[in-house]
Amino acid sequence: MFRILETRELGRGVKMFVIEAARIARKQKPGQFVIVRLYEHGERIPLTIADSDPHEGTITLVVQGIGKTTCLLNMLEAGDSILDIVGPLGKPSEIQHYGTAVVIGGGVGTAIALPTARALRQAGNYVISILGARSRDLVILEEEVRKVSNETHICTDDGTYGRKGLVTDKLKDLLSGPYPIDYILAIGPVPMMRAVAKETKFTGVKTIVSLNSIMVDGTGMCGGCRVLVNKKNQFACVDGPEFEAEAVNFDVLTERNSAYRDKEQQALKDLLANPEHELEIIRMEMKKHFVEAISGEETSEVNHAS
Amino acid sequence: MPPNPLPNKERMKIQRQHMPEQDAQQRTHNFKEVNLGLPVERARQEALRCIACAKPTCMIECPVGVKVREFLDLILAEDYLGAAAKIREDNALPAITGRVCPQEDQCEGACILNKKGDSLAIGYLERFVADYEQKTGKLGLPPVARKTGKKVAIVGSGPAGLSCAGDLIQKGHEVRVFEALHELGGVLVYGIPEFRLPRDIVRQEIHNLRRMGVEFETNVVVGKTVTIDELMQNERYDAVFIATGAGLPVFLNIPGEHLVGVFSANEFLTRVNLMRGYRFPEYDEPLYDCKDKDVVVIGGGNTAMDAVRTSLRLGAKSAALLYRRSEAEMPARKEEVAHARQEGVDFQMLVNPVEFLGDEHGRLRSVRCQRMELGEPDASGRRRPVPIAGSEFTRPAALAIIAVGTTANPMIQSSTPDLKTNKWRYIEADPETQRTSKRGVFAGGDIVTGGATVILAMGAGRKAAKSVHEYLTTGSW
Ligand SMILES: Cc1cc2nc3c(=O)[nH]c(=O)nc-3n(C[C@H](O)[C@H](O)[C@H](O)COP(=O)(O)OP(=O)(O)OC[C@H]3O[C@@H](n4cnc5c(N)ncnc54)[C@H](O)[C@@H]3O)c2cc1C
Ligand code: FES
Repeated sequence: MFRILETRELGRGVKMFVIEAARIARKQKPGQFVIVRLYEHGERIPLTIADSDPHEGTITLVVQGIGKTTCLLNMLEAGDSILDIVGPLGKPSEIQHYGTAVVIGGGVGTAIALPTARALRQAGNYVISILGARSRDLVILEEEVRKVSNETHICTDDGTYGRKGLVTDKLKDLLSGPYPIDYILAIGPVPMMRAVAKETKFTGVKTIVSLNSIMVDGTGMCGGCRVLVNKKNQFACVDGPEFEAEAVNFDVLTERNSAYRDKEQQALKDLLANPEHELEIIRMEMKKHFVEAISGEETSEVNHAS
Repeated sequence: MPPNPLPNKERMKIQRQHMPEQDAQQRTHNFKEVNLGLPVERARQEALRCIACAKPTCMIECPVGVKVREFLDLILAEDYLGAAAKIREDNALPAITGRVCPQEDQCEGACILNKKGDSLAIGYLERFVADYEQKTGKLGLPPVARKTGKKVAIVGSGPAGLSCAGDLIQKGHEVRVFEALHELGGVLVYGIPEFRLPRDIVRQEIHNLRRMGVEFETNVVVGKTVTIDELMQNERYDAVFIATGAGLPVFLNIPGEHLVGVFSANEFLTRVNLMRGYRFPEYDEPLYDCKDKDVVVIGGGNTAMDAVRTSLRLGAKSAALLYRRSEAEMPARKEEVAHARQEGVDFQMLVNPVEFLGDEHGRLRSVRCQRMELGEPDASGRRRPVPIAGSEFTRPAALAIIAVGTTANPMIQSSTPDLKTNKWRYIEADPETQRTSKRGVFAGGDIVTGGATVILAMGAGRKAAKSVHEYLTTGSW
């Protein structure tokens, strides 16, 4: 079991968790993710690691409540535990001294892009960050991003904060501006990444996207996460999650990500109709696992977070 | 009096006992075990059939050399716990192998009774005594030797890892099993469905190991969460046994494989078995709907049988097995083939898919196939299937499940550069000692041989335990 030490609301429906996971904290590199299962009836979902502290033995996750599991997770508080967390999985971001690097974060993608932005800056790049959100209350981690970036630009769809418009509008300006851009990383909703890919396709600027496909194991064992890259099947969990934007078939990604849409909606509706019920189950399980762990009389597996 | 009072002629008159099973109509609507197990009188009757031939070929053909004759005698003497203990001397997981071993290729295939009629039902009897032991709860745990102070890490909790852990803990070593998934058991829990191998049986074996002192740590992907070198240097393990299986799915590399509705058998079975997707919404992991859909499964091994029979239980309108050779070449256990047929699986032999076709939403609608014929034998000795020109046809399908084999997961190999692998990235290990090219590191099971069987993996685990112990006590490599 993995204990939640701290939580913080970052924006509407977006929550940050600091979680005890010493093994993962020791090994995590920017761009990697974990697979999380909340409780015994839970599904396995991937979440990118936003930060880690190897000395404290903690990792940080930033979660936007979209489906059942993420909404349920966001109801948990410090002192609660998560049943299973495994990682760090996937290939780390390729950090080099590129020159000028543009890091684009859409919505919760900002949290995922942050560690890579920080690493790029440390590697000597001039980092320009662009944060995109639907409106002001969804802009997250602005301060942290400003700290690691040389320039930060904010775009909101409704113009309630920063520039009104899409992140690609800002990107266009930068690409046609006086300074050369050497590297672009875009993390966010699929339509945003697709738009960025389209924008940079003929510019020759190396553009990377991080793909959020549906996963089960996260270790290359099921192939459910496969995406079409350069017309070939690649496993996002082991070959990615980062790929060259222009090689990615975003249509297939969108189609595959909608494979379970009806069921996901049903599960979310059931949860929201009676959230107390599920929370109670989770908390009862936590107690059970805790008792088993201290008595050594476990009936199911106990995870050692250290 | 000898345990078997009957003269040979009488013994040979007894018919092979039938395994009582759940009715085929009924069982396609549930995930309960198909085989119900022999009642005690029938087990004794079956044991009487052994003619105690001079050369016990059954034992010779058993990959781990179970002393078949001795355990049969104990059954006849009504000492069922003794019989179980006798099997356990060579086979750590009798309740499991009694259910999933390909007996027809091993002990039963070699049985002399085969020549005149039906072989002795050794698998049924193995299962009988193992179940008896579990039912009475009287499994006497073997004694554990004094602590040696040595630490062994085992990577992977499939049959190879579990059997190695069981042997090493008895020798007094500290043993910790690291498993990537959240549940222990390897293929036994994520691959093989409950209607063949109930989960409780695997859980019980793991529970026994825990009681003997084996420690388990789930959610550790060795190679990612921690490397072999870190285990040995930072966490001070004296030896490591790698038993990570052959978990990577092989795809067909034909057009349309990215479509929604095309699955690897690993994914399909994992969602059902490990994640319990068939109990959605009680369990959260969703399944892609099989209900009233046409399902095709590609392959002819146990995995293909498990997938196709699972799809029937999920309410498939039709469930077809497409296999590019003929039934005689199918590697699946005979019993599974028979069960699949009883349950209504449509066997399409000498058929090979060439393309998956989808609709405008990227969802699978049909499979284009070609018919095959058998040509000259290939390297495996089996006749090579060759396409028949102009034989292409299309059949409707909403789900296609690919079960044409698996290969090595390279995570450990790529993070342990001094570990020698062969050209398919399986780990090289001495077949007798299971030693790898790296000092203190052993490997066995599917990660060495490629996809094989539970009993072979278990046998490799036991061999490894023996030579790990030798290494830890002598220190020589
Ligand atoms: C669907 C199916 C049906 C089968 N039916 C039969 C049958 O009827 N009879 C039969 O004899 N055989 C059958 N087999 C084959 C048999 O299951 C395997 O040969 C056997 O399980 C191999 O055992 P193993 O211990 O080598 O590996 P596995 O059982 O594959 O176990 C390996 C374990 O290691 C874990 N692991 C992998 N990588 C890592 C890592 N880096 N770090 C930590 N853990 C890791 C995996 O998660 C897994 O739990 C079947 C296989 C399948 C897939
Ligand atoms: S999530 Fe299973 S292979 Fe990638």
